Amino acid sequence: MTSSTRNRLFALGALLVAGAGLAYVAFGNIGQNLVFYWTPGEMLAQGSKAYGPTIRLGGVVQPGSLRWDAAHTHLSFRVADTDQPGAPSVPVLSSETPPQMFRERIGVVVEGTFDRSQTFTSSRLMVNHSNEYRPPKPGDGPDKWKTTVSAPTAEAR
Amino acid sequence: MTSPLGTALVLGGLLAAAFGAVVGIEGGLRHRAGALRIVLGAVTAFLLCMVGANLVMVYALVTHDFSVHYVSMVGSRATPLVYTVVSLWSALEGSILFWGAILAVYVFGFSRAHRHDPPTNPLLALGTMLAVGVFFSFLIAGPANPFGRVSPVPPDGPGPNPLLQNHILMVVHPPMLYLGYVGMVVPFGIAVAALIRGQLGDAWMATLRRWTLIPWTFLSVGIVLGAWWAYAVLGWGGYWAWDPVENASFLPWLTATAFLHSGMVQERRHTLKLWTVSLSLASFLLTILGTFMTRSGVFNSVHSFTQSEIGPTFLVFLGAVLVVSILLIAVRGPLLVPEGTLGGVASRETSILLNNLLFAALTFTVLLGTVFPLVREAFSGVRISVGAPYFNRMAVPLGIAILFLMGVGPSLPWGRASPETVRRQFLVPAAVGVAVVAVCLAAGLRGGLTLLTFGLAGFAATVTLREMLLPVRVRMREQREPLPQALFRSAARARRRFGGYVVHLGVVMVFVAIAASQSYVVHTTATLKPGERFQLGPYTVQLAGLRNGIEPHRRWTAAEIQVTDGRGRQQALAPRMNFYERSTDPVGSPAIRSAAFEDLYLTLLAFDQATPSASFNAWIFPMVGWIWWSLPLFVFGALFAAWPERRRVRSGATERLPVPNEAPSPGAAA
Repeated sequence: MTSSTRNRLFALGALLVAGAGLAYVAFGNIGQNLVFYWTPGEMLAQGSKAYGPTIRLGGVVQPGSLRWDAAHTHLSFRVADTDQPGAPSVPVLSSETPPQMFRERIGVVVEGTFDRSQTFTSSRLMVNHSNEYRPPKPGDGPDKWKTTVSAPTAEAR
Repeated sequence: MTSPLGTALVLGGLLAAAFGAVVGIEGGLRHRAGALRIVLGAVTAFLLCMVGANLVMVYALVTHDFSVHYVSMVGSRATPLVYTVVSLWSALEGSILFWGAILAVYVFGFSRAHRHDPPTNPLLALGTMLAVGVFFSFLIAGPANPFGRVSPVPPDGPGPNPLLQNHILMVVHPPMLYLGYVGMVVPFGIAVAALIRGQLGDAWMATLRRWTLIPWTFLSVGIVLGAWWAYAVLGWGGYWAWDPVENASFLPWLTATAFLHSGMVQERRHTLKLWTVSLSLASFLLTILGTFMTRSGVFNSVHSFTQSEIGPTFLVFLGAVLVVSILLIAVRGPLLVPEGTLGGVASRETSILLNNLLFAALTFTVLLGTVFPLVREAFSGVRISVGAPYFNRMAVPLGIAILFLMGVGPSLPWGRASPETVRRQFLVPAAVGVAVVAVCLAAGLRGGLTLLTFGLAGFAATVTLREMLLPVRVRMREQREPLPQALFRSAARARRRFGGYVVHLGVVMVFVAIAASQSYVVHTTATLKPGERFQLGPYTVQLAGLRNGIEPHRRWTAAEIQVTDGRGRQQALAPRMNFYERSTDPVGSPAIRSAAFEDLYLTLLAFDQATPSASFNAWIFPMVGWIWWSLPLFVFGALFAAWPERRRVRSGATERLPVPNEAPSPGAAA
């Protein structure tokens, strides 16, 4: 084995080690920073697995569930799979000023975490609108908001 | 009438590209000199057809011909003329059509510049580029045809996406990005030609470098303008969100930047050939991947206009390019043998090699975070995304290491450096870096990574300025030239070096601006009635009242704000919310008070006309403007480096550094 071959093998080995290390760190980091997209029904079905990770919860604001606290700083409402009565729903607590379009029955996406108290704490409240800027049709199910909600660069952020 | 004419032109372009691709590659493989004239004709025909098809579409848009499918999608009689013309790239089909025209312009430009070269290389390169042209004209003629007929003809259309007609930057940002994206076709063709022939000579390498620098410049401008647009228009209080589409433009920029550096090693030391060529192939693959991600609707973002059917077509093309690239590298790559070797550990080429590894690592991590959700969803059906913390945690250390190398590389000579040289080169810049950190600490700034970035920025900027000014001082002393003349002549004698350093200064600016604006941001929200105020940092923000207005294509409500800064100076701001006639959702326009060192950024979140009251998001972003103010440095530096040199200068000028102990000739230090 000539010295140049040995050098080359050494460099290749070092590269492989560095690449493996990078992949290890990257995959570990990704695992900790996943954001899950769930409807209230899907999230509740996860049980205790839903406690902890960042979640984007999508659904509609349940009619009659909107409440402001006395100081008008915290807003609570329920997000439901659909606006039918009896659809699975989750209470949400938000300290953010809601965007102009926010109202009952509108599609929303709240980003935050869920815990044992069964309350979803929202750090970001986005009103769901389609890319083509038309109101959701009556028949649009939960799959529809999944495809139409705008991802990170939404102006509602 | 317009629909058939447009379709016919696209089909004509498809035929010209297919013919030229076959003749070019066949002629190149058999070294047929006569084929070049035929291919040049095909290129011209392709150009005329594609540009013609675009003009037809612009005509249809301007005349509101709603019988054309695309016009019925994005046109509207209420839209102002400039945004009507711009709607050409405001939705999927039109933007692909526009892609085709830019592609044709690039291929034509390349064919004109190299029509007198020995024909084999240009034939292979043009054949490859036209093969890409076949795919795009097929896409326009078939799956993404904008010229379809609509019947019955609607009286009016919805107008372009309101977000896209909210700011004049939308007129500039997409063409810049497209020019960057599409331009990567040219280096791809050049690299494929080099691989097919199994040789990469100095002249062809210079061609490859120049044709990478052009799209690289447009891509840089496009990315920075995109960040500026997100900041000035979207109003979520930021400029970069690691959105898949932002990443899509960033990835080819990373590999192209790595290429521009490894190309210098290839030129100086005649090694890293295969790596350099691979980077060119990767840049093109990543632009295709980026276009796929942006245009197929697999990601939802402001950029993905509609769910469309072009996804599968694009995936097939992407797969084909990937297979061809890997095959070429595997089969022909070993022919690109290095003719030299790298120097010692403390040398320019080693630091560039490290820089390339860091760029590759950054590309890998960003690519992984971008496509991971897609892959996971495809296999398990679980919808997820990767949060921004992943990207920040991975990219910040890599970025800081790159900033450090930006100071190290230019300080070291090619070949081998003695410990004495290293010490002398690093003493002053390192002292400046430490001094910067000390001053920041004394000024009360905190944050380990932020201060490290500032310190390294000081270090890298000192090295860059010294390397720029050292030859000037030598000229002033030895040739007794006055300063302006010495500056001009030393810059003109080593254009690429000088231009590169100017770009480096721009990059340092961006680093400092990102670190400051991310670390020292101040944010609050408030709801005000007229006359009420809130305090943010040194600013007092007072609501005067609400005002409404009507324009042809929109209504708006603005909050009239009086801002008083720490020194008592007053300024009126009016963040507003726009209601477009044909859309249900309001689109906000933030109001920004820009100063040299910080921006006050206000958005109107919600308002109530009855009370009246208004809610705001308010931020202070330190130094954020420096990100876009770096643009002139990028453009000037790149233009200076890429400007065609006169032959006399090209043969005579050397770009040797005035550094002692430099290896006398390439390979001598082996």
